Amino acid sequence: MFETDRESVNLAQDRSVGVTTVGGGAPFASPPTGRRPRKGIGWPARLEIALMTGPTLIVFLTFVIFPVAMAAYYGFFNWQGYGPPTEFVGLSNYVLIFQDGTFVDALQHNAAIVVLSLVIQGPAAVLLALLLNRKMRGQTLIRVLVFVPYVISEVVVGTAWSLMLQGNGAFNAFLQKVGLGWLESDWLADPKRAIWTLMGILTWKYIGFAVILFLAGLQGIPDELTEAAAIDGASYWQIQRRITLPLLGPTLRIWAFLSMIGALQLFDLVYIIWGQYVSSTAGTSTMATYMLTNGRNAGEYGYGNAVAVVLFFISLVAALIYQRFVLRRDTAGAITGGKN
Amino acid sequence: MAATAVAARRPIRASRKMAWGSPAVYFVAVMLILAMLAPVAYIIIGGFRTNAQITVDPAGWPAPWQADNYLEVLTGDIFWRQVLNSTIVALCTTAGVVTLGLMTSFILARYRFRGQGAMYSLFAAGLMFPLTVAITPLYILVRSLGLMNTLPGVILPQIGFAIPITIIILVPFLRAIPDEIQEAASIDGCSRLGFFWRMVLPLAKPGVVTVAILTFITSWNSYLLPLFILNKEGAFTLPLGVQSFASQYSVDTAKVLAFTSLSMLPALLFFSLFQRQIVGGLTGAVKG
Repeated sequence: MFETDRESVNLAQDRSVGVTTVGGGAPFASPPTGRRPRKGIGWPARLEIALMTGPTLIVFLTFVIFPVAMAAYYGFFNWQGYGPPTEFVGLSNYVLIFQDGTFVDALQHNAAIVVLSLVIQGPAAVLLALLLNRKMRGQTLIRVLVFVPYVISEVVVGTAWSLMLQGNGAFNAFLQKVGLGWLESDWLADPKRAIWTLMGILTWKYIGFAVILFLAGLQGIPDELTEAAAIDGASYWQIQRRITLPLLGPTLRIWAFLSMIGALQLFDLVYIIWGQYVSSTAGTSTMATYMLTNGRNAGEYGYGNAVAVVLFFISLVAALIYQRFVLRRDTAGAITGGKN
Repeated sequence: MAATAVAARRPIRASRKMAWGSPAVYFVAVMLILAMLAPVAYIIIGGFRTNAQITVDPAGWPAPWQADNYLEVLTGDIFWRQVLNSTIVALCTTAGVVTLGLMTSFILARYRFRGQGAMYSLFAAGLMFPLTVAITPLYILVRSLGLMNTLPGVILPQIGFAIPITIIILVPFLRAIPDEIQEAASIDGCSRLGFFWRMVLPLAKPGVVTVAILTFITSWNSYLLPLFILNKEGAFTLPLGVQSFASQYSVDTAKVLAFTSLSMLPALLFFSLFQRQIVGGLTGAVKG
């Protein structure tokens, strides 16, 4: 949950960073020799600044920046995690990663999940949001209930679904009861089906988030527009297609971005339902499960970190490309719009 | 941007009297709700069955209903210890993030000093790094700090990774407080820090609530970091507990279902209490 939000705000962030970066790399306590935009800074103020930002900086640098930097560093070593890394291997970890068919498979699974999430969840969530945006009784309750799967932890979701989807589990039994017994199959282990099973679970878990986002976007569209179109004789679907959807564009594009990043970094659900070994034979492994399986679980810390770096750069490149070509029109105005 | 949207967020529903819509719309809505809730209902109801019942008919109704599974879980100490661990971790993470985030955001929003922009950019850059990427070095760091199998070993990194979003959400909130209020306060003899306590905290409350709820739920559900840091059962949080319970009692499906549904309850309760803020906060944070 948090991860996605973090990424999202990042979009907004990139615009402001450009404007905000004025000072050099100087830390907060440097003497106020330069410009003084407002009042000069006295010692008491400097002390306040140091006291109020110091602890945050320490925690942040120690537990975020330092580990990230170390991931990049360890990636160049053949290292089993004991003592300091000594066997420098240059880029050979990276070469190994891309020569490993299992990783390439995982990468393809990630790519498939990215595309399928967008294609399945996007249209479905738009339709549901349009539906739930109509005035009706029980609207609030429905909106809350749609969101329930999103709040339940991945572990609970994974555990429950893997119990239900077992060969002799509740889902197959349910299919038989409603006369769809011919559909019955091995949902988790069959490599032809597993990725679709995963997509079903992902859709179930995350579509509520998309629906809520789109509903918020729909709230922002003034009623006057649709009313005017209705007076001009436009049908309901014409109004949605010509007016609502285009105006929902920015929300859709942000959601697609979040969904893409989330799909690239997918870990919990796959790892819980399929585990580290089955996921690659069932065709649901992702870069993150590959990282854990071949990194820490195999005792190859250097290699695992190299995988983390690859995962990071793939996400970063995807994010940059997306921002450059898709989000540009949403952010174009904001860059000149000042800090906040 | 990010937080102007939060500030401007409206409660999602704005209706007083509502007409009944068309039956087709209700039909789709009900089907949707059934699809969303059926798995949840399956977990809860399944906990009231016996393994024999489940084996005979995996998708059946409890006949008779029996609460033994739930009672067994509730009277054992494993479940409660994990609830306690999860609660401690989530509360400490939230408290830490809100405290550190508020102090730093206050400085970034209302002080002018050299390096301010650089500091803001540094925190903002943190948004680029998901925990997944840094997980192995984090594990090594926590291990070398001697915090393996301790709750602070999970809490501290969680605080670190939640700081960027917190600052991004809170800074515009604090910046939006008009200078006049601060000037008036200082004329009335209020120091800058006094201003922080008396004016900023109350005014930033909506932003703080959003951040706190997001952090709490993220922490409550987090899996990857505890998986690396907590290896001893006594230190397990609920997600780890559910997973280990499920593999330990893999033949005792009914009991696993009972355990899983009990572990889901706190999050659902928390969600139903704060659903308006959660939904509003999410949309606000993302719409930015």
